[in-house]
This record gives sequence, C-alpha cells and structure tokens, in this order.
Amino acid sequence: MTSVTENAIPIANDRKSFDDQLIAFALMTAALIALPWIFYPYFVMQALCFALFACAFNLLIGYGGLLSFGHAMFMGTASYISAHTIKALGMPPEVGILAGTVTALLLSVATGWIAIRRQGIYFSMITLALSQLLYLVYTQAKFTHGEDGIQGVPHGMFLGLDLSNTPTLYYLILSFFLFGFLVIFRTINSPFGEVLKAIRENEQRAISLGYKTEQYKLLAFVLSGTLAGLAGAVKVLVAQNASLTDVHWSMSGEVVLMTLVGGLGTVFGPVVGAFVIVGMQQYLAPFGQWVTVIQGVIFVVCVLAFRRGIVGEIGHLLRRSF
Amino acid sequence: MAINTQALMAQLLVGLINGSFYALLSLGLAVIFGMLNIINFAHGALYMVGAFVAYFLLNLLGLNYWWALLISPIAVGVFGMILERAFLQWLTGLDHLYGLLLTFGLALIIQGLFQNYFGTSGLPYEMPDTLKGGTNLGFMFLPTYRAWVILFSLVVCLATWFVIEKTRLGAYLRAATENPTLVRAFGINVPRMITLTYGLGVGLAALAGVLSAPINQVRPLMGADLIIVVFAVVVIGGMGSIMGSIITGFMLGVIEGLTKYFYPEASNTVVFVLMLLVLLVKPTGLTGRAA
Repeated sequence: MTSVTENAIPIANDRKSFDDQLIAFALMTAALIALPWIFYPYFVMQALCFALFACAFNLLIGYGGLLSFGHAMFMGTASYISAHTIKALGMPPEVGILAGTVTALLLSVATGWIAIRRQGIYFSMITLALSQLLYLVYTQAKFTHGEDGIQGVPHGMFLGLDLSNTPTLYYLILSFFLFGFLVIFRTINSPFGEVLKAIRENEQRAISLGYKTEQYKLLAFVLSGTLAGLAGAVKVLVAQNASLTDVHWSMSGEVVLMTLVGGLGTVFGPVVGAFVIVGMQQYLAPFGQWVTVIQGVIFVVCVLAFRRGIVGEIGHLLRRSF
Repeated sequence: MAINTQALMAQLLVGLINGSFYALLSLGLAVIFGMLNIINFAHGALYMVGAFVAYFLLNLLGLNYWWALLISPIAVGVFGMILERAFLQWLTGLDHLYGLLLTFGLALIIQGLFQNYFGTSGLPYEMPDTLKGGTNLGFMFLPTYRAWVILFSLVVCLATWFVIEKTRLGAYLRAATENPTLVRAFGINVPRMITLTYGLGVGLAALAGVLSAPINQVRPLMGADLIIVVFAVVVIGGMGSIMGSIITGFMLGVIEGLTKYFYPEASNTVVFVLMLLVLLVKPTGLTGRAA
C-alpha cells in the first residue's frame, strides 16, 4: 500500500480559513439568490441538484479518501422512488422527496456495509459493480418503465407552495441545496470530520489510536449516499422525470469529473465543478458524442496537470501570495 | 424439472465463451495492476479497439481473420505502450485513484471517438470459412468456432501463466512487482518492463476483442459494460495470482451460463450477486490476498 500523503488534497483548517469559508459561503448564497434573474432558471436548478450530488460525493472522497464509482445508484434510486411516489401513488412532493431520501439512506447502509470491507481500488470497483447491479435490476423492474423512465411527474403543492411557479420552485431547490451544503460543511468541521481526515491520511495509525475506523467510514458513506439521494429526489421536481440515465455508470463518472474539476477535498470545489460541467453539457449538446470525448480529455488533463482543481488552485495561489 | 440436455449444453458453451473473455481480460488487468499499480479502466475500450482493428483489416485491407488474430493484439499493444509512455508513466507515486480516473478518461475518449463515427449499432464480422459449421456430438451440437474460441483462449491464458511463473523474464517481472527499486539496482530496465507489461495486458484484451468479433458483432460500446463485469470477477478472484484470475474467469462464465438456463432473468446480474456473497463470506476474495 502506498501512503496517501501524495494525494494533493490539501487541508488547511485553522480558524482563519474557517472564517474565509464563512465569507465565501455568504458570497455564494448571495450569488445563488440572484442567479436565476440572469441565467435560465432551469439551468441553475439542474446545476444546483448536481452541485449537491457532487458535494455529497466529495464528502466521501475528499475527506474520507474513498473513491466511490457507483454514486449514481443513490441519485438514481432516490429519483425513481420519489417520481414513483409522486406520480403513481399520487403523493405530494414532500412525501416523495422524503421517500426517495430514506430509500437512499437504507441503500447506502446496505451497500456501505459491504463496500467498506475492502479498501482503495477494490472499494471503487465494488461500488461500481453494485451500482451496475441496480442498473440492471431497474432495466427489468416494472415500476421504472424500462427505457422510457417515469415521465411527466406533476409539480404539485409542496407544503402549500405551488411548484408550477418557477421562482417558488427555484427558491425551494436552493433551500434544499443550502441545507445539504450546510450539513456537509458542519460535518467536515466537526470532531467526526477530523477523525475522517485522520483515517484518510493514515488508517493504520487511526486504528492504533483506538478509533473504530470501519464505523467512521460507514457513517461517512451513509451520509454521503443519503445526501446524494436527496439531490436525486429533488431533481425530480426540476426535471419532472426519472430515467435510467441517473443510475448509469456514466452518471457516476460525471460526478467524479465535477468534483475533480472543481477541486477534490475543497468545500466549494464541487459546486463550481457542477456548474462548469452542467454548463458545458448544455452548450455542447448539439455536438453529440463529442461531449463524451471532451469529458475524457478533461479527466486526463485534470489528473495529469490540474489535480487541485479550480477552487484548490485558487486557494493555493491565494495562500502563496499572502 | 426435466432437463433439456441440448439447451443446457448450448448455454454452458456460451458460458465457457464468456468465461474465456473474462479470463483473458482479468488476466490482463491483474498483470497490469501488479506492475503499474493501476486499475486499467481503459481495458474494455481497448478490447473494443481490438475488434475494430480486425474489422478494418478485413474490410479495408482484405486481410482475413488469422491475420487479425496476429496483427490486432500487436497494434493495440503498441498503442497501449504509447499511452503508457505519454500518460500513465507520470502517475508513479501518486494515489491509486488517479490511475483509475486517468484510464477512465482515456476510455471515454476512445469510446466517444468510435461512437462518433460508428454510432451505437453493431457491425457484422464474418466468421472465417474454416471455422464455420459444427459437429454433432450426439448429446449436443458443437459449433466449430465456439470450440475454437474456448480452446485458443485456454492456450493463450496458460501460455501467459507459463511465461510469468516459469521463465526468467517472468521472474524479473514478479521481482519488479515486489520491489522495483531493488530490481533496478540489479541493472534491469524496470520502466521499459512496465511499458512492455502494459502492452502485453492490453494486447490480451485486443485478442479477446478479435475472438468475440464474429460472435458478438463489433460495437463501440461492446467493452463498456463488459469491463464492469470483469471488475466484479477481479473482486471475486483477487488480483494476487495469475492462475486464480484464469480459473475465476472461466468458472464465473460457466455459472452465468447455467443461470441462463435455469433462471434467465438473473443471468446478467449473477456475477454481481456472487461478488456480494463472496464479500460477505470472505471479504479478501477467493485467492485471499488482502488489499
């Protein structure tokens, strides 16, 4: 086993950087409140769902050092359950989101319990295989409607709010995103987050200090999977559908890409990465499969020359100049 | 339940064929992982390229199957060595995850390019005349080409095992896997050996691609789903032993074939379910080397 110190995932967690992060959080919130008046709101909402997805993923890789290559299973499962609850069972959206998120929680307990039995590269392969298993199950299951997916999920009333009104929908999605973001932010700045980072840096030493690392890793996995599920459940309100795309391995790859582009292990990196990648897909949509090729090129360039990602690189430059 | 011998044997045969692809691919993954410490996500894409090279040779240059069997692995092997020199060699000393991400990126590029030009549908590749037809064994009908694929893969797998476990070159290889610095101190060019290993590994993938071309058609995404199954095979068998990879590959193919007969709905998920069971019972995998 090589040590993980070469990881290039920076940690700078003194008081000053915590204050900086609070300022950055305020700026981000202000920007996101104003953004739908500048950009097409549906684009921003979609990007916000993926941003939450990427933040959840980043919690696991950036702070726990676990690369899950199957995170689409949480997003896709929650999407399906939430869409099914709202459309086929005729429940209101709040019940749908709750059902989707709880299912993702249960799924992450089960898959996490199995996947954390192995480390490193095996962990990635196991999560990928588990999500492919679910993908194949969903292609055959009745309630998912196979290739068609669940289409035309009604907006409905969320606790008395009419979601067919776009600004209402937008600020609801934004609230969900900020909720998820703050949960993650709190987690990484808690004693639990510190232990997680210690495990990432040197698991053997953490064990020798008496930490039950398996339990910490499982809890991080469950938290990450549940929030990824929340992102998937909320996405149903925006896209009004749930389909096989959300469970496919390419979706798991995309969330890795977003996090990598934005900056692994940075607080705001996944948000930036999600906006960049979703924006790129939007503008390059007419070019068909070239999008895949460009994504591949971004992967290669990021890994070889740009491992800190956008936010990580900015942080690095700022730290050097002051 | 009455057992239809003909149908059961036919599914077993299909299982053995898939098993030989699993064996060839997981063998390559294991060899590459041993030397480069990289899980080669591009393995499925290069398997696909191998099949496409055979297709081009036949349709553009008029070179038949037998030439393809020789040229395609060499061409893809050389291409792989270029990839290793250009990209993978810079990852030495970094965490495992970067190798996975880089090769995933390479797979996206290769598959995306082929999809641009060939769409997602399959291109037919004609079987060589000498391997057409079959023999009636009484209890089943044995198509010659399928028998050939199984036999040939088995020979290639065993030859690879022999080279790695029984020859001087293989001894260098195994030594370099254990301790590259020490082997370099003995005056052996380890970086060049790493490049050659990567070439050998992806060459095996290309060979599997050529073998599968007449059976499964040639498609840009033919390797994308296959590689995930092979990952599950690798998790089950572990990458510690060459013979372990070969046996696990064939065994899982057979189990998949049997499932196709007894419970067809589960045939494409059975390998993943087995992976789950193995992880529950014996988390280190069947060959037992922890990682």
